[in-house]
Amino acid sequence: MKVKVLQNILDANTQMAQKNQRLLDNHRILALNIMASPGAGKTSLILKTIARLKDKTRIAVIEGDIASTIDADRISDQGVAVVQINTGGGCHLDANMVENALNNLKLNEIDLLFIENVGNLVCPAAFRLGEHKRVVLLSVPEGDDKPIKYPMMFTESEAVVINKTDLMPLLDFDLDAFKRKVIGLNPDVEIFQLSAKTGQGLDPWLSWLEAELKSLRA
Amino acid sequence: MHELGVTQEVLDIALNKAREAQASRITKINLVIGEMSGIVDDSVQFYFDFLSQDSIARDARLSFRRVPMQVRCRRCGFSFSPEKLDWSCPKCKEWDAEVTAGKEFYIDSIEVD
Ligand SMILES: Nc1nc2c(ncn2[C@@H]2O[C@H](COP(=O)(O)OP(=O)(O)O)[C@@H](O)[C@H]2O)c(=O)[nH]1
Ligand SMILES: [Mg+2]
Ligand SMILES: [Zn+2]
Repeated sequence: MKVKVLQNILDANTQMAQKNQRLLDNHRILALNIMASPGAGKTSLILKTIARLKDKTRIAVIEGDIASTIDADRISDQGVAVVQINTGGGCHLDANMVENALNNLKLNEIDLLFIENVGNLVCPAAFRLGEHKRVVLLSVPEGDDKPIKYPMMFTESEAVVINKTDLMPLLDFDLDAFKRKVIGLNPDVEIFQLSAKTGQGLDPWLSWLEAELKSLRA
Repeated sequence: MHELGVTQEVLDIALNKAREAQASRITKINLVIGEMSGIVDDSVQFYFDFLSQDSIARDARLSFRRVPMQVRCRRCGFSFSPEKLDWSCPKCKEWDAEVTAGKEFYIDSIEVD
């Protein structure tokens, strides 16, 4: 006998993600899922953003990492609440891990939550966490062909940050070709280009965050 | 990739459905998997054989229907399967393609006794 199922394999995760999002909404927290390859500059961008916004915005961070606490330590040195998730080899964060992390944060004291995903351009795209916005970071040394090699990451995101633009003169990264590919995949996506090291180009990114925070609170 | 976790989900969903249908044995699970998912069939079957040992899904065969990637040009409406690194439209040459197939990731049905 054949029994119809028609159920998405990741349904359990999606439902948990929706629960997380309701919890975040109830506390009026804007949550961003930051996804990128290892070394693209996720932690650097979060740190720079903290430095620029922490006087007016209460920020917290969930750090996903395969094993170490190095990134969490860098964040907590800034006086920002941080919860570390060690995935123990796992290649992505899932909604269940984020739920546990949320239970360890004082949600009434947060406006903006960064979730730094595990360094990986494939798996994180398939797992919603309860975030409001998904942000892919691509650093210019990785090359401008990545949207085509990892299309899911770019079709499923609301923003793309091109990082390490300070290195542009040394590389053959074709910015126009990259943007064309990204917009081709996802015409509504926001694109930022900046250097998390020098801070150049950071303002449009900060303005976007502030506008999103405002609209969540309106 | 995360085949182990995915396989556990497949098994859980199938066992639930079989219980609802009051089945005594699951003989086959029909999966529909888009090309973009990057899941490796052989490792899913491998994990499945291991995870299902003590359940009514032991010996069940997993069947994978692979859905190739398909995109539609937003400019001229032409549908095509893109080449690996070139998603520009073969008809109008624009690079403005919406993915219309290839993201599928679901259990279509199970076969039970
Ligand atoms: N030149 C340059 N280096 C950067 C930039 N952003 C990050 N880095 C460096 O890249 C390395 C990895 O950064 P990190 O933030 O830890 O990356 P993550 O693994 O994505 O969290 C560090 O050595 C950073 O100093 C940038 O904009 N320009
Ligand atoms: Mg990091
Ligand atoms: Zn066309």
